This record gives sequence, C-alpha cells and structure tokens, in this order.
Amino acid sequence: MDLDDTPEQAAYRAQVHSWLDEHRGEAPILHGPGALEDEDEIVAARRVWQGKLAEGGLAGVTWPKEYGGQGLGPIEQVICNQEIARAKVPGILDAIGVGMLGPTIIAHGSEEQKSRYLGPMLHGDEVWCQLFSEPAAGSDLAAVQTRARQQDDGTWRLSGQKVWTTNAQFASYGLLLARTDADVPKHKGLTMFVVPMDAAGVTVRGLRQISGEAEFNEVFFDDVALEEGAVVGGVGNGWGTGLTTLMFERVTIGLGSEGMGYSSTRFAGAIAADEHARRDPEVRHRLGEIASELLAVRFTGYRTLTALQKGQIPGPEAGLAKVTIVSGAIKAGDLIADVIGPDALSEDSEWAYMISFLPGLKSAGGTEEILKNTVGERVLGLPPEPRLDKGIPFSELRSKEGAAA
Amino acid sequence: MNLALSDEQVFLREAARGALSRFKTLQAAREALDGNENALPDLWPTAREAGWPGLLIDEANGGAGLDAFDAMLVLGECGRVLAGIPLLGHLPATAILGDAPNAVEMLGDLATGERRAAYLPAQPPSELEQRWSADPASGAARVPLASVGAPGQDGRATVTGNFAFVPDAPGADTLVGVALREGQPVGVAIEADAPGVSIEPTRRYDATRSLGHVTLENAPALVLDAPEESLVAAWYLAQALIAAESLGSVETALDVSVAYAKERFTFGRAIGSYQAVKHALTEVLRQLENGRSLLYYAGWARNGGPGEFALAASAARSVGGRALDEAARTMISVHGGIGATWEHDAPLYFRRAQLSRRLLGGTGQATDRVAGELIAQAA
Repeated sequence: MDLDDTPEQAAYRAQVHSWLDEHRGEAPILHGPGALEDEDEIVAARRVWQGKLAEGGLAGVTWPKEYGGQGLGPIEQVICNQEIARAKVPGILDAIGVGMLGPTIIAHGSEEQKSRYLGPMLHGDEVWCQLFSEPAAGSDLAAVQTRARQQDDGTWRLSGQKVWTTNAQFASYGLLLARTDADVPKHKGLTMFVVPMDAAGVTVRGLRQISGEAEFNEVFFDDVALEEGAVVGGVGNGWGTGLTTLMFERVTIGLGSEGMGYSSTRFAGAIAADEHARRDPEVRHRLGEIASELLAVRFTGYRTLTALQKGQIPGPEAGLAKVTIVSGAIKAGDLIADVIGPDALSEDSEWAYMISFLPGLKSAGGTEEILKNTVGERVLGLPPEPRLDKGIPFSELRSKEGAAA
Repeated sequence: MNLALSDEQVFLREAARGALSRFKTLQAAREALDGNENALPDLWPTAREAGWPGLLIDEANGGAGLDAFDAMLVLGECGRVLAGIPLLGHLPATAILGDAPNAVEMLGDLATGERRAAYLPAQPPSELEQRWSADPASGAARVPLASVGAPGQDGRATVTGNFAFVPDAPGADTLVGVALREGQPVGVAIEADAPGVSIEPTRRYDATRSLGHVTLENAPALVLDAPEESLVAAWYLAQALIAAESLGSVETALDVSVAYAKERFTFGRAIGSYQAVKHALTEVLRQLENGRSLLYYAGWARNGGPGEFALAASAARSVGGRALDEAARTMISVHGGIGATWEHDAPLYFRRAQLSRRLLGGTGQATDRVAGELIAQAA
C-alpha cells in the first residue's frame, strides 16, 4: 500500500512539471491581480493557452498519438491534471471536447471526421459543446425529441431544443443526439450528428442560474440543414454512440473530483479563521462530519486510480463519490454561512457563489435520484423499477404519457 | 499508487472468514442476551491458531510483524459475524509493548496468545479537552487519567486511577496503558492479578462485547520506556480497529438487507425495486465505501504518514460508527416488523451499533478530533 508514483510515473510528472515551469509565464491570469476581466478576452487567451498545452503534450494525454495525443493512460492524465493545478495555471478550455466528445469521435467517427475535427479541437482552434440534454430529457436521455429528418438528397433537417449546454456561446461545433425515427422504441430511433454552431437556424441563449451568472446555455434549432456526412457512428446508432460519451464523462468527473475544490482543508480553513467558531463544539462536530466524508472521497479516488492502473474500469459506484462531494459541500457552505453570517452571502464572497452553484450540481451529469437507482441496480443487484417505456415506439409513448398525466 | 489488498492480505481475510464461519456466533449472541453467557464460544484458541494475537508483534519476538491494516482486516471479519474475540483490547496493548525495549520479555507469550493483554484506553489531549483523559463510567465529563508514582530501581511504580468500559479487560492477564507522572504521559503495564487491581465485568447491551471497569489503587506497574508517540498512536490504533470492526458489521447488515429486498414481494414486485428501499440501501453502501476508503487512509498513514494517523483513524471511526448505525436501522426497516423481533439477527447488529458507538471515547470525540486536526493544520 503506497501513494507513490512508480519510477515511470515520476519521470512523466517531472517532464510535465518542467514544461509548466518553463511556460507558466505564458498562461492567462484568471484570478487575482492582473486578471483578465472581459469574457471574450478570457476565452481567446484560454484558446491560445490550450494550443500551447497541446503542443507541449499536456492536452489529449489519453488520445492516440495518430490524432495528436500522447497515447498514455488515465494515471498520466491525473498526474498532468495535478501538476497543472499545482502550477496554478488554467487547464484546457475545452475539457468537454477533449475529454468526452473527441474520444467519442475517435471511437465512432469516420476517417474524414477524425482528420477534419480532432486537430483543431485539441489545439483549441475550434471549441465544442455537448448537445444531449433537453428540457424533457435529462436523466432519461433517450427521451430526446429534437428531430432530424433525412431529405431526398440524403441531407438532414434539424429542429428542436437543447439545454445545459456549456460553452455553446463560443463553440464552433456541437455533438448532438437527435431522434431520426419515432416509430421504433426510444433507444433505437436515435442518431448522433456533428452540428456547426454557425449554421443558419441555430440560436444560443444564456441560461442564468441562482448565482445570477449564465454557466450554461439553451440552444434552439430551427430547420437547420446538415450534410449527409454529419452523422457520427451510423443512423439509428445514436444511443450506443452517446453511451461512449457518457462513459468518458464518468471517467472525466471521477478523475477530476479533487479539482472541484470542495476539500476538507479549504472548509476547515474558513472555520479556523474564526477564533470563536474553532472552539465551538457544535461547529467542530459539523465540520468533523463533513470533513470525514470529503477525506474519504480523496481516498476513494486513489482506490479508483489503483483500479485503473490495473486495467480495471471504475464502476458506477464511483458515482457515489459525487453524491458525497456535493452533499458535503452543501453542508459545508451552510456551516460556513452560519459561522460568517450574512457576509458569506455577499456578492464578492467565494462562499456565496458556491452556495448558489451547488443545488444545481446535485442534478449535473444525471440527477442524484437516478444515480442512486443505477448504483442500487448495477452494484447491489437490486431489481429495476417496472418501466412503461420498454418496447414501445417513441411516438406512441408520448401519447401514452399524455394520457397518464 | 497502490491502494488495494495484496495477495497476502486477501488470503489473511479469507482465512479469517473461513475460521470464524465454523462458529454460530449470532445464535450464541442471542443466547447470551437471554442469560446464557456460556453459549458464547471461546474464540481465543482459534485466534491463537491463526496467529492473530501476534499480528502486530515483530517476528524476532514471535509475532507475525504485520501492519495495522492487516489487523483491521481481521477485525473487519470479526465484525461481520459479531465474533467476540478479545483483539480490540489485545492488539493496541501489544503495539505499546512492542515500542518499549524494557517490555521485550513480555512479547513472546503475548504473541502466541499464551497470555492476553488489554489496552486501558487513554485519550490524548485536544483543543477542547486539554489533558489526557479516560472514559467515564457514566455521564459526559471525561475522567482525569490515572497517575503513576516515581519508579524505583527496578523500574516499577504504583498506579492509581479508574478506566471504565475497558474492552476485553475481563480475563486479561496484563493491562497496558498510559498514566501521568507529573503531568507527563508514561506507559505502564500491570499484571491483572496484582494487589490493588480490580476488574469488574459490566453488564452489556451487546453480549458479544466483553467490557470491564478497571480500578487501580496503588497497583504495582512496570513503567514502560515506550516513547510518547507510541502512547498517542495506541489510542488511534484502537479507533481504527473498532472502525474496521464496525464496517465489517455494516457489510453483513447490507448483504442481508439486499438479499431480503430481492426476495420479499409487495404489490406484485420485489421491495428492492422501489426507490425508497433502493435508495436507503444505496445510502448504506455509500457510507460503507466512504468508511472503507478511510480504513485505507488509516492503514497507509500508520506507517506512510504518521503525522496524519490521528486524522485518518478518527475520520474512519466517525464514518464507521455512523455507517453502522445507519446500516442497522436500515436492516430493521427493510425487513419490516420482523426486523425488530428477538428471533431476527437485525437487533444483534443494532445492539452492536449502539454500544460500539459509545466506547473508546465515542464517535463524537472522534468527530471532534477530525475537526481539531484540520483546524490545527489550517492555522
């Protein structure tokens, strides 16, 4: 039992460390003195920085070499993330593209798609967004209603709405899950497309949240024309293609949990700063309970890494760590606000933003309720809840739902 | 990075599971609650055969020279079947003695289990309780730690003080713990049959748990030359061991509950298909996984990061205690009314949970320690 790098990992860490040492000065400053403030400038600077990271081999660590990656494993990805965090420089701008969508194209895309899209994606020249969730299809993703209809000449026409789309306001392309056949059961009539975000009929609108900021977007598609070659992974295979993306999403979230910044050390620091609170038994008890669980998640992460290192794939139980992180951070925000008082909720407080952000995070990447169902069924082997949507054509399902309501 | 069981550790765990499966420990626990204490099997010979008494004693002195984490694996197996093996008292005692050069002669018999030791729990000072303390026989106020006089030429001195609810004290041959001399902690070893020593077995809510109130009145003791770190670490070792034992009990409580949720049907379907039941069981799994991760943390910290052992072991204890309470209550509720009846095993796990969480300082002290350690780090 040890937490040490192997000699190979240590060598890789040193290599990443020395690159960052050399190039740290070129990174955009996002916080503190001299920080960029204009949104467009920030995005532009982060795109340039992503290009440099890619040149240095610090982006696309797990991508195959033939597509510009390093051909390394998830452990090296974690080491790279750790060193970037330690150097206090921003990571890549397009973590969604490089972490999830690129790997999906590598797995399911045509040769043309790979050679056209992967290079500019990796270097930050073209940012991507994930167009999966809809107002009425989130945890039940296969219920998407955005409709793509094939024309006589083989091209497609796309209409519908997506939501929770990070980076859509400056993305060049999106990977979109659409319904192409409503007369088959819902998982079967789906197809994945590449959508140019500057196409006629695409409208992006910021979606403001509790904090007042717009972290996400709504994206509307009004009879958008798509080429025949926009299909990724074959017509009717959209569900399988999408599952690949979701698998990479799980790995990305699992490996990035420490980077969410919800650590026992940070929260304890806020309590320690208050001379009275740090001696208050009730405050200490609440902090102790929260911190114990967050410490556990750190070591759950190490257990996941050990499994990856042995070539095993982390299962859905890794998702339980997300439940712990989010509920722990919510309780910590609550405790810190109790200690600091209303000032914790002022606009310039780091805690106000966190407190506002967390309720939504409970549902990010699938709601907590669905996550618990998945773990209960896949890990504990409990029987699934009876479903009303199995084997029924999607078109009939909609009317059935209407009748039941 | 390697945070997984070695082949040897898997073997140790499987061997322990196999050895303990030969006894009807749960049935015995129920009979003992009914007044037949003789029903409890004597598991010490099994422990001796397996080499568990010497787990933490080095090989040169007849032990296995294994780590705290290995001991935690064995305690986890004991917890699974509520086996009453006096390792919770014995192992921290041997850890202190192993660090005391002048106690080396005692180790051989303790390693084979020919003789049995019990640890007198002594909690190191914290920000809120700024002195060494022992568990009280009742109430919230902690008890000042026993005092020891100046040692004579032979290294012996007398100890006076009280230790309540000492795990595995009844029947122990040697009591090992900490006493204060002019405010400074020193290790002491006391023969249980020496004059001035009284061990009063206590009536127990959980009959599988052997406990005793220890009273020392000018009891002759060997003053140990173990370093203070060793005396501090023994407390946290005990925390880690009871955490491991608790999480073993959680495993069984969850397994049994999940099996029942698959086979019990209401309104035409298995109750485990209902979200209310599924989510309750998933919550137990979440707490169990968190606890397991913290056992790894404690196991690693014991040798790999001694400065974090207090934090890691206290966090494991805090999470382990809460997990066991949650698991036992869920076990009862998933089984419905039958889960609250005397014939069912669920009440045995429930009783284990309620008593365990109040021993060795209680989970509340451990939770406070987690906060205290992190606040001290942040300062």
